[in-house]
Amino acid sequence: MSDVLVEAKHLKKYFDIPRGKLHAVDDVSFVIKKGTTMGVVGESGCGKSTLGRAMIHLLESTEGQIFFKGEDITKVDKKKLRQLREQMQIIFQDPYSSLNPRMTVAETVQEPLIRSKRYSKKEVEERAEQIMTTVGLDERLWNSYPHELDGGRRQRIGVARAIALNPSFIVCDEPVSALDVSIQAQILNLMQDLQEEKGLTYMFITHDLSVVRHISTHICVMYLGQLVETCPSKELFQKPLHPYTKALLSAVPSTDILHKKERILLRGELVSPVNPKPGCRFAARCNYACDKCHEPQTLEEVSPGHFVACCRAKEIND
Amino acid sequence: MSEEMKKDNDVLLSVKGLEVVYTSAGAVVHAVNGVSMEVKRGQSLGLVGETGAGKTTIAKSILGILPDPPAKVLGGEIILDGEDLLKTSEKEMRKIRGKKISMIFQDPMTALNPLMTVGDQIAEVISLHEHCSKKEAMDKAMEMLEMVGIPAERYPEFPYQFSGGMKQRVVIAIALACNPELLLADEPTTALDVTIQAQVMDMIADLQKKLNTAMILITHDLGIVAESCDTVAVIYAGEIVELASKEDLFLHPAHPYTIGLFGSIPSMAEDVDRLTPIPGLPTNPEKLPEGCHFHPRCSKCTAKCTSGDIPFVEVSPNHFVRCACCGAE
Amino acid sequence: MSVQKETVKRSKKESMTIITLRRLKKNKTAIAGLIILLMVLIMALIAPYVAPYDETQTDLFNNFASPSLEHPFGTDELGRDILSRLMVGSRDSLRIGLISVAFSSVIGIALGSVCGYFGGKIDSVVMRLMDIFQALPPLIMAIAVCAVLGAGIDNCIISITISGIPGYVRMARASVLNIRKMEYLEAATAINCTVPQIIIKHILPNALAPLIVQITMGVATNILSASNLSFIGLGVQPPNPEWGAMLSAGRNYIRNYPHMVMFPGITIMLCVLSLNMLGDGLRDALDPKLKD
Repeated sequence: MSDVLVEAKHLKKYFDIPRGKLHAVDDVSFVIKKGTTMGVVGESGCGKSTLGRAMIHLLESTEGQIFFKGEDITKVDKKKLRQLREQMQIIFQDPYSSLNPRMTVAETVQEPLIRSKRYSKKEVEERAEQIMTTVGLDERLWNSYPHELDGGRRQRIGVARAIALNPSFIVCDEPVSALDVSIQAQILNLMQDLQEEKGLTYMFITHDLSVVRHISTHICVMYLGQLVETCPSKELFQKPLHPYTKALLSAVPSTDILHKKERILLRGELVSPVNPKPGCRFAARCNYACDKCHEPQTLEEVSPGHFVACCRAKEIND
Repeated sequence: MSEEMKKDNDVLLSVKGLEVVYTSAGAVVHAVNGVSMEVKRGQSLGLVGETGAGKTTIAKSILGILPDPPAKVLGGEIILDGEDLLKTSEKEMRKIRGKKISMIFQDPMTALNPLMTVGDQIAEVISLHEHCSKKEAMDKAMEMLEMVGIPAERYPEFPYQFSGGMKQRVVIAIALACNPELLLADEPTTALDVTIQAQVMDMIADLQKKLNTAMILITHDLGIVAESCDTVAVIYAGEIVELASKEDLFLHPAHPYTIGLFGSIPSMAEDVDRLTPIPGLPTNPEKLPEGCHFHPRCSKCTAKCTSGDIPFVEVSPNHFVRCACCGAE
Repeated sequence: MSVQKETVKRSKKESMTIITLRRLKKNKTAIAGLIILLMVLIMALIAPYVAPYDETQTDLFNNFASPSLEHPFGTDELGRDILSRLMVGSRDSLRIGLISVAFSSVIGIALGSVCGYFGGKIDSVVMRLMDIFQALPPLIMAIAVCAVLGAGIDNCIISITISGIPGYVRMARASVLNIRKMEYLEAATAINCTVPQIIIKHILPNALAPLIVQITMGVATNILSASNLSFIGLGVQPPNPEWGAMLSAGRNYIRNYPHMVMFPGITIMLCVLSLNMLGDGLRDALDPKLKD
């Protein structure tokens, strides 16, 4: 599979907290092909942000492997990691805390170029100008500070910083969640354009299902650190297989007032991700839970390209 | 009773020509510019708009909790049961808040007092408004807890022991404890996960029906509006640009801003290649454009849109649009 | 890219310092504080040359004189001109205040930043040490230092410095911990900034801003501490004038000759007040999130 850019194999990230071990990401495996967008959806506490940061080694994973262009980045030395880092970048959610308030737009966009030590001063400035134009930032804003700009423009600075070194893979951690609807659309279009122009591969993390449907080619659904379902995005919305995915999709309020939705109401509360018991973490709220659910679930390919981690997936959906 | 009177009896709250500004350091922000709307008993009105459109300011004006300074109500009327709330004394307003009108705020994390048990917080509002003994207040509080789906045994627990969704339920219990006629809900589920949001919105709808409470729901999420509201008002730059029933708004949107909003949202139902965002940035409320506030971003802008008063036209029965172009069809 | 295009298209680059100064200018209280402070500083610099009398010159026939044209602030118990003593005394008071703050803050901020950034064992050990230090009342510490090293202005500075360090350590640590939550630090790692680069370019400039205010107000506190020490006989030794020592000497005569206490007292108060006003103004001016 030479067109695979990024792969995660049995990735685990646990945090040590006073009460024990927090299983933020628990045995997650998936593949992202070059030029595609892998959407990662889930609600708060599902581990999607932790996963995103682990994928580009901003966080050291506890166990498991992460392959970038065939190389296991969990095992490379510092020097190689620095080289690889330039190809894997990240766009953050909060346009306020993701920019240093004391650096101008130009300084923020130029910094990655300066740190890479590959460009002369003149080249740095020229490239920065080009990048600003590409993301739609007026040159007038060259010396502006973040607090002078609105959320949409700040987020464009974040995008500019991420594409400065011409990466091939960008993790987008809820990049439009903090923006107004009309600005969201502008930034989403920008990201799509960039993807087409530069052949970028995205990992798009979000809790907004309509956004993820629009922008992703494939989707991973996460629940409390576990990967419960992954498949091409259209299929997820037409034929969701995991009970959680079904409940999640039914919960999204729809603007289609002509067709009333059947809402699957979940009972109970979330289990704690600290020192969790083995087995499916959704079982406590699942209407289909059975005894087998307390054993560790594995991702099985139920139909081509469609993986589900549920022992009852086949029977529920037949 | 004549038809006219019956119709009037249905109207619980009537806002006419509300104007609010914020002044700080010499700059004047025109937050609300002549908003008029009505809420009927037991019905829901959705106020939809983006950040800075003025929705929260409208809600706070109704409840009389605008910080003055820097906010100042320049004009208009807010009539509840024949009384103009803007002219009501603070003493009278205190009797109305929590009893006739209640408000739910956006962030459940900060809406509850961390040092009081949740039960006591519900009981507090009951004892402030109903003349009853402490025990009766506590009993009623436990009833409210059950009504919002929290076991009454959790009365003596503190907010930190609850999750976000549960906290918001407590907030709703406090708001509905005295059976208000009007509930103002300011983005009540924005901070919550989608599945919790669904539970909370369903519960609000249930309670509304049971207690016949009218609601003004402020949100930027058109999906929530579609599922919870009867009438919708779209707000831009402090003005209502479109006012219609839910069906009319979603099936026949008329104002270019509303149409633009629909074009900006990715749909769950169908695939769209590219979104069509509204060009430009939201207006600066310190320097509102002349004429129609939306005209700099409008694809249908003509000469009549750039100056003068823009009429609020009825394009079909009970469907109003503030537009110089889409009126006379 | 012609120079013409650059100046026309880009908005002016203003460093944060210029923006801060501009904002400070708008705050009348802060400017008032700054002016008073500058006056005190200038007076301290030129005092020996412009003081009307020599500050140690006694005139026993003219002691306890009330304020008059010859002696605007009166004379003390030895007939020395109080105005001259206040003017010359400002040198010592300011020297103690500024030097001790300079050392405490540099040492304290360095230690605190390390604790805040690295956490773990270093953090635990240093913070427990600071707890011990802070448990000692500053006056007891000063007496102990002076008992070992002797009285005098330099040892006064040493003891005030030491007792000020824990405060700065805590503040710097808290400030750095706050900044650590910011995503722009993660972004810096993602673009291959080294740890020193992150600390110097991203953490310190943002963490220091709230501390500058504390430092300004720290000068005021330390001037007061110096006065306290001189009051009890440690610190500046007679006949050198120091505000606190003058207060101390005057308290025996407060009934009959209140001017001996009033003028040093007012001088101390003005100095401290101006520093606080400036500090408050700086706090607002340094916040990058406040709109201009």
